[in-house]
Amino acid sequence: MNLRFILTKLFRAFLTLVLAVTFVFVVLRMSGDPVTQMLPDDAPPSVIAQYREMWGLDRPLPEQYVHYVVGILHGDFGFSFRDDRPALDVVLERVPLTLELGLTAFGLTLILGLGAGLLAALNRGTGVDHATMAFTIFGHSMPNFFLGILLILLFAMTWRILPSSGTGTWAHLVLPAVTLGTSYAATVARFTRSSLLEVLHQPFMRTARAKGVPFRRSILGHALPNAGIPIVTVVGLRIGALVGGAVVVEPVFAWPGIGQLLVNAVAARDLAIVQAVVLLIAFTMVVVNFLVDITYGWLDPRIGVVRGEANA
Amino acid sequence: MTVDVLERQGVGSAGALPATRTPPADTAPAVEPVLSIDGLSVGTGNVDIVIDVSLAVAPGETLCLVGESGCGKSLTCLAAMGLLADPVRLKAGSVSLQGRELTGLDEKHLRQIRGRDMAMIFQDPAASLNPVQRVGRQVAEALVVHEGLGMRAAMHRAVELLDRVGIVNATSRAEAYPHQLSGGMCQRVMIAMALACRPRLIIADESTTALDVTTQAQILKLMKTLQQETGTAMIFVTHDLSVVAEIADRVAVMYSGRIVETGLVDDIFDHPGHPYTRGLMDCRLHALSATSERLAAIAGTVPRPAARPSGCAFRTRCPKAAERCETLPLPRGFAAGQTVACHFSGPAQ
Ligand SMILES: Nc1ncnc2c1ncn2[C@@H]1O[C@H](COP(=O)(O)OP(=O)(O)OP(=O)(O)O)[C@@H](O)[C@H]1O
Ligand code: SF4
Ligand SMILES: [Mg+2]
Repeated sequence: MNLRFILTKLFRAFLTLVLAVTFVFVVLRMSGDPVTQMLPDDAPPSVIAQYREMWGLDRPLPEQYVHYVVGILHGDFGFSFRDDRPALDVVLERVPLTLELGLTAFGLTLILGLGAGLLAALNRGTGVDHATMAFTIFGHSMPNFFLGILLILLFAMTWRILPSSGTGTWAHLVLPAVTLGTSYAATVARFTRSSLLEVLHQPFMRTARAKGVPFRRSILGHALPNAGIPIVTVVGLRIGALVGGAVVVEPVFAWPGIGQLLVNAVAARDLAIVQAVVLLIAFTMVVVNFLVDITYGWLDPRIGVVRGEANA
Repeated sequence: MTVDVLERQGVGSAGALPATRTPPADTAPAVEPVLSIDGLSVGTGNVDIVIDVSLAVAPGETLCLVGESGCGKSLTCLAAMGLLADPVRLKAGSVSLQGRELTGLDEKHLRQIRGRDMAMIFQDPAASLNPVQRVGRQVAEALVVHEGLGMRAAMHRAVELLDRVGIVNATSRAEAYPHQLSGGMCQRVMIAMALACRPRLIIADESTTALDVTTQAQILKLMKTLQQETGTAMIFVTHDLSVVAEIADRVAVMYSGRIVETGLVDDIFDHPGHPYTRGLMDCRLHALSATSERLAAIAGTVPRPAARPSGCAFRTRCPKAAERCETLPLPRGFAAGQTVACHFSGPAQ
């Protein structure tokens, strides 16, 4: 991995961010005038005009855009209509809860997904393999919200062993994290299995056997580092789905994170909040993608090298 | 005659070793072989790919396994190493290394033997190296695994080995990844890896085929030198007869899964007994002479194992084929130390 590789990726990340910021601006301005929807139907035109002026909505779009970008650069994401506070404050307050849920689901996914995929690949064609495959099909075909409701029905209402909503203890975390992580874990398990199976048939694995490398060492030292490359890709790509999933799962479990905040803000047309949440998600995605790219370059020495550049 | 070869290799004294098993009547070496393969059959499902192959190599000896593509050379080698992978499996026969039976050993014990007592150099060096691990480490790994060296000490030895196989700047090249090295370099790395624990047997499967002529010549010379230094036995697979002439002590010619002729290299070149061997020789002469008269090449290709003719598998391509060839010809003495499996190759006059 070289500096040029890192700089290229950094530039790409920056470009994506600019696009995301612009996209959010365009979409939110196109979806109707927030003022008319915020204020009561019988609000006098003078009041409407006053609000429009206050939020700069009466200016030409290019001017609004510049104002918006400059604001973001200064950490000003607008003002929440409902909370009467800077939108960023409202959003940041909710971040730790979403992070808690997201990271738990992520950790669960890695352990379950990688573990099941590894076991399935090493025991190809056996019961373990079939069980894993059945799980991945289940995980894929089950929509998040439906799984959430199912789990609430079983664990919270029928067996009454886990709380169905709220926060506070780790028990509160179980159902939402499982709901959020299941389809992700299924994807990771499937990819781990298939990329490992592919690697196990590569000639260099036979070389390791021919060298007399013990089984465990050949898996840890040769198979996993090679299989890791495609696995990191899906893990990285699907972090987007995890964030998206949080938006769906949080309201189901009344988990007061940014997902729930976003849903409520959309319903209330609290423009600044929606904008701030979407931008935050976009920013997270860009950072995650950048990290994935860098991990790639670290895992695979062939990446970032122009063919023949370093030929002997 | 075999003993002559061994003496030429400077291992004549090894002839004093007691022969623990009765050598087959053909060209088996008089000293106890490093590797002996007996009645080896390999196949998938109900198709036999390699059938009833018997071979032996003595210390310091180079046996060339020759034949066209698809005749089962690689599978024979893999079977000898215990490296067959699904769906191909060992169907019959025995493989013993320095008197120790390998067939039936479990994978764990085989891994203790492979790399230490026997090593293999594969057909495709670039794909046979781990793409995400530095080559020095890959060479060092054998030492870590078999000799219990720490990584530092093993790396030190690995650099020495890389240097020994003719890699210049071995210290920095040890830090390279396979994609940063040329095919010839990768092949040298594979050789260094195979040599690491000074195995008694090295199996080299077409290890020079993919290389340009100059590199090929260098590598052959290198392997020959290293072999003479260490007294390692070597099975060298190739379909290039000029390589055979260069490196072999003895030759085994393979056709469609069977050994059809064995003998000392000079005898095989002087008076090939099997029509297939003669065909190969003619191809070579033809290739050597620049004239464009195409009279020598053997028409057709090796039959797929599933579509192998009954009797002598060569009969669909053999110029001398007759009705008798529908029954299987058994290997018979052709000349001293030379065995041929053909109905029409009686002992040479
Ligand atoms: N995994 C496999 N499954 C089924 N058939 C196989 C497999 N591997 C090899 N074969 C068949 O076995 C036969 C012998 O293969 P092998 O690789 O031993 O030939 P070879 O003599 O080494 O040829 P080459 O010179 O091309 O390397 C071929 O017909 C091939 O199609
Ligand atoms: S047995 Fe017959 S077909 Fe086979 S090589 Fe001899 S002559 Fe040819
Ligand atoms: Mg081969």
